[in-house]
Amino acid sequence: MSKHTEIRWHGRGGQGAKTAALLLADVAFQTGKYVQGFPEYGPERMGAPITAYNRISDTVIRAHSNIYDPQYVVVVDESLLETVDVTGGLKEDGAILINTERTKEEIIPHLKGYKGDVYVIDARKISMEALGKYFPNTPLLAAIVKVAEIMDKDIFLREMKASFRHKFASKPEVIDGNMKALEMAFEEVC
Amino acid sequence: MAKRDRLSGNEAVAIALRQINPDVFPAFPITPSTEIPQYFASFAANGEVDTEFIPVESEHSSMSAAIGASAAGARALTATSSCGLAYMWEELYIAASNRLPLALALVNRALSGPININCDHSDSMGARDSGWIQVYAENNQEAYDNMVQAFRISEHNDVRLPIMICQDGFITSHAVENIELLEDEEVKGFVGAYEPENYLLNPECPMAVGPYSVTDYYMEAKRNQAEGTRHVERVMLEVAEEFEKLSGRAYGLFEAYRLEDADRAVVMIGSAAGTTKDAIDKLREKGEKVGLLKIRLFRPFPADAIAEALKNVKAVAVMDRAEGYTNQGGPLGADVMSALFRARSSALAVNIVYGLGGRDVRVEDMEQVFAELKTIIDNNDAGETYRYMGVRE
Repeated sequence: MSKHTEIRWHGRGGQGAKTAALLLADVAFQTGKYVQGFPEYGPERMGAPITAYNRISDTVIRAHSNIYDPQYVVVVDESLLETVDVTGGLKEDGAILINTERTKEEIIPHLKGYKGDVYVIDARKISMEALGKYFPNTPLLAAIVKVAEIMDKDIFLREMKASFRHKFASKPEVIDGNMKALEMAFEEVC
Repeated sequence: MAKRDRLSGNEAVAIALRQINPDVFPAFPITPSTEIPQYFASFAANGEVDTEFIPVESEHSSMSAAIGASAAGARALTATSSCGLAYMWEELYIAASNRLPLALALVNRALSGPININCDHSDSMGARDSGWIQVYAENNQEAYDNMVQAFRISEHNDVRLPIMICQDGFITSHAVENIELLEDEEVKGFVGAYEPENYLLNPECPMAVGPYSVTDYYMEAKRNQAEGTRHVERVMLEVAEEFEKLSGRAYGLFEAYRLEDADRAVVMIGSAAGTTKDAIDKLREKGEKVGLLKIRLFRPFPADAIAEALKNVKAVAVMDRAEGYTNQGGPLGADVMSALFRARSSALAVNIVYGLGGRDVRVEDMEQVFAELKTIIDNNDAGETYRYMGVRE
C-alpha cells in the first residue's frame, strides 16, 4: 500500500511556518519521496495567521489544492487555538502537534473535542536553550518528522545537517545550535 | 543525464534562465514573480552567468530595455506579474509588432481591484491580443521545460515573435515540488547561440526599428506580423519533438488526458489541471467516461486541433480563470466555443468562471463539474452556458 501523508501548518507571519513546510518537503525529498510544500498567503504582514501545507507521497502528486482533511496539523503559535479552527477536517486517526509550554492535559480542552492523538512540545524553551533565540520552526520540524513517522531519526539528522551546511554557508556558527534544537525536539516531543 | 531535484516554480524558471545564460535581463520586482530576478541576480553576482542584469525603476522600463536589447541583437527577457504586466502594455505591442524575439517569464496573478496577490489569469488574458505567443504550465516541471523551449520558438526565423511563459502565481511559483532538471550543457546545446539576421548593432546593414508608419504601410505591417503567428504551431511542435529526444518528456499544443473515449470533457489552463486529473481518475474508476484538454499554447489559438480532439465529446465545460465581462463568460470559453462552432460540433458547451484571486480548486469541485456535464447530457440541454464555480452568491 503506497503511503500518502498530508500535513497542515498554522502559524503567524514571521514565525517560519512556511519555511518549516518547505524544509520538510526538502528533507522528505531526500528519502526518495514525491513532495509538495506550499504556503497559503493572505495579507503579507507580520503576525497575521498563515497556513502552509505538505503532501508527501510514494506516488506522483498532481493535486494543486489546499489541504482540507489532513492527517496531521502543526500549530506553531498556540494563540491560534482560540481564533483559527485548527482541528477543522483533521482526521480522527491522525494527530495534532502544538507548540506550547502547557501539558497535553491542559491543552486538550482547547481542541473542540478532537479525538485523535495530541502531541505537545515547548519549542520556545528548546530554541532558547539551543540557539539563544526564538525560532520555533526548527524544533517543530523535528517533532512532526517523529510524530508523522516521515523518516528515521538518523537519516533525518544527517540530511538536515547537509541542508544547514548549505543554507548557513555564510554563518556556520549557527549550524550546531540548529542541530541541537532538532535533537532535543526529537527527544522531548510527547 | 537528468538530475532529480525539488524546487519551487520560480526557482525552476530561474535555473532554466541560468542554463540559457541570456545576454540581457532587465527587471523590476513584483509579487509573486520577484524571486525569478532575485535568484537570477545572485547567479549574475556570483559569475554563474555573464548576463547584463539591469535593475530598472518600473515594468515600463524593464520591457523597454528588453525590447532595446533584442532590437540591438541580444537574447533578452524579463519577468513580471499582474499590474507589472499592465504597466508594460504599450511595450508588449511594440515588441510583437517589431517581430522581436524576446521572452517574458510571467507568474500569473489577479489584476486589481480589489487588490489581490493570488493567482488568476486576468493579467495574461488581457494581453491575449497583443501579438505575443502565450504558453502555460500545469506544474513546476512544465514551467521549466517551457522556458527551456521558449527562445527556440521565439527566435525561429519563420516566427520572430515574443513569447510569454506563464505559470500560476503561488500555486506553482511558491510550491516546492519534485522536478527533473537537464544538465547545463544539454540546455546550452538545445537552445544554441542566437544569431539574429537583422539587428541594430550590425554595421554591415544599417536599419531602423519602430519607425512611424503612415496609413499606406500600416496594414501591411500588421499582416506581416500575423504571418509570424501562422508558423507558431508547426515550430512549437518541431521544438517539442527535439525536446522530447533530449528529456524524454513529450509536449504538444495541448495535453489530452483520458480524452480518447470521453463523452464529457473539461478544457482548462494551468495548475488546476492536475487537480482535475485526480478527479478524472476517481470518476474513471466508477466507469465514467471523462477527460481533460489542458491548453499549453493559448496564443496563437490552435482551434482546429482542439476541435478535432473534442470531436467525440457530448458535453464540454470550458473553465476560465479570468472574467471577460462579455456577459458570456471568459476568453478561453469564447475561443473554444468558436472553434467548436466552426468545426460544426454538436457538443453541448458551457463556460465556467473559477479560481479568481486564488480561490481554491478542489478535486470535489471538479467532480461536481463533471456531474453538471452529466445532467446536461441527460437533459440534452446546456442550460445556463455562463456559470461560476466556487462563488458565494
